[in-house]
Amino acid sequence: MSEEKPPQEYQSGESALERVQAMTRFTPLAQALGIEITRFERGRVWGKVPHREELVGDPETGVIAGGVITTLLDHLCGTAAVSGMKIPVPVATIDLRIDYMRPATPGQDIHAEAHCYKLGKSVAFVRAVAYDDTPDNPVAHAVAAFMVNSNNGRKMGANLRKPKS
Amino acid sequence: MSTPQIRVAEAIARIPYARFLGLRAELKGDELTLVMPFAPHLIGNPVLPALHGGVVGALMEVTALTQLAIASKAEKFPKTIDVNIEYLRSGRPLDTYARARVVKIGRRIANVQAEAWQNERSQPIASLHGHFMTPEADEPSV
Repeated sequence: MSEEKPPQEYQSGESALERVQAMTRFTPLAQALGIEITRFERGRVWGKVPHREELVGDPETGVIAGGVITTLLDHLCGTAAVSGMKIPVPVATIDLRIDYMRPATPGQDIHAEAHCYKLGKSVAFVRAVAYDDTPDNPVAHAVAAFMVNSNNGRKMGANLRKPKS
Repeated sequence: MSTPQIRVAEAIARIPYARFLGLRAELKGDELTLVMPFAPHLIGNPVLPALHGGVVGALMEVTALTQLAIASKAEKFPKTIDVNIEYLRSGRPLDTYARARVVKIGRRIANVQAEAWQNERSQPIASLHGHFMTPEADEPSV
């Protein structure tokens, strides 16, 4: 996709926010979870997943599932990595570490902010926090590494073909 | 007769988020395999297409929690302290399976490893290493 495009200056402002939001819009899982990107700066994104009954992990307490927070943090970290690029290319998670500090307050939306603190040619390094009130009182903290340009050499639908054995 | 294993497997069906992911538990003795059938809403990269890393992580996390609940014969799910996920291959638009191995159950903390794969068990797509609070540790000591 990006090969034909001439190098362009890094965009900021509304159009860049729209671009980052489009990334989320074209990710089926992010759509299914209802993940929203609320704010954006180069290499930094803010987002949330609105509370919904079907995202609960413990029906007795109503606390949101750890997996939802995993997904939100993974998605936001990837978005932060792409948001720092002059020419956006796909990324794939290499590894992700999440510390869970406390259970989320039942019924609350989960917010998160992610910061790509090093964007290399091949690897991007990102950290993020998830919270339900303020970032100083986090629910979880994540550190992740991403492969940059993860589709490299693979064409659309590559994963639909049988793997070579 | 409902053994603790079966109760735990049934407990998964009651977790709303496990239903969202479409998770199904298969039990053989005390070994649990969780199945996440492919569904379009699990896609993270629509170009390849590839599963979202977050759902593969969530699948392994639920597997680790449940296997630990079985191993510790607890009625309640343990609490996650941390998880370390390594992504090894892109997740194809196929059914995904996960199994977990409880490495150690301590008095307060348990150490669990999990792996997810698709067509071939020997070709895992991701692995997880996590620490969990053992359910007993939550209870006030008598």
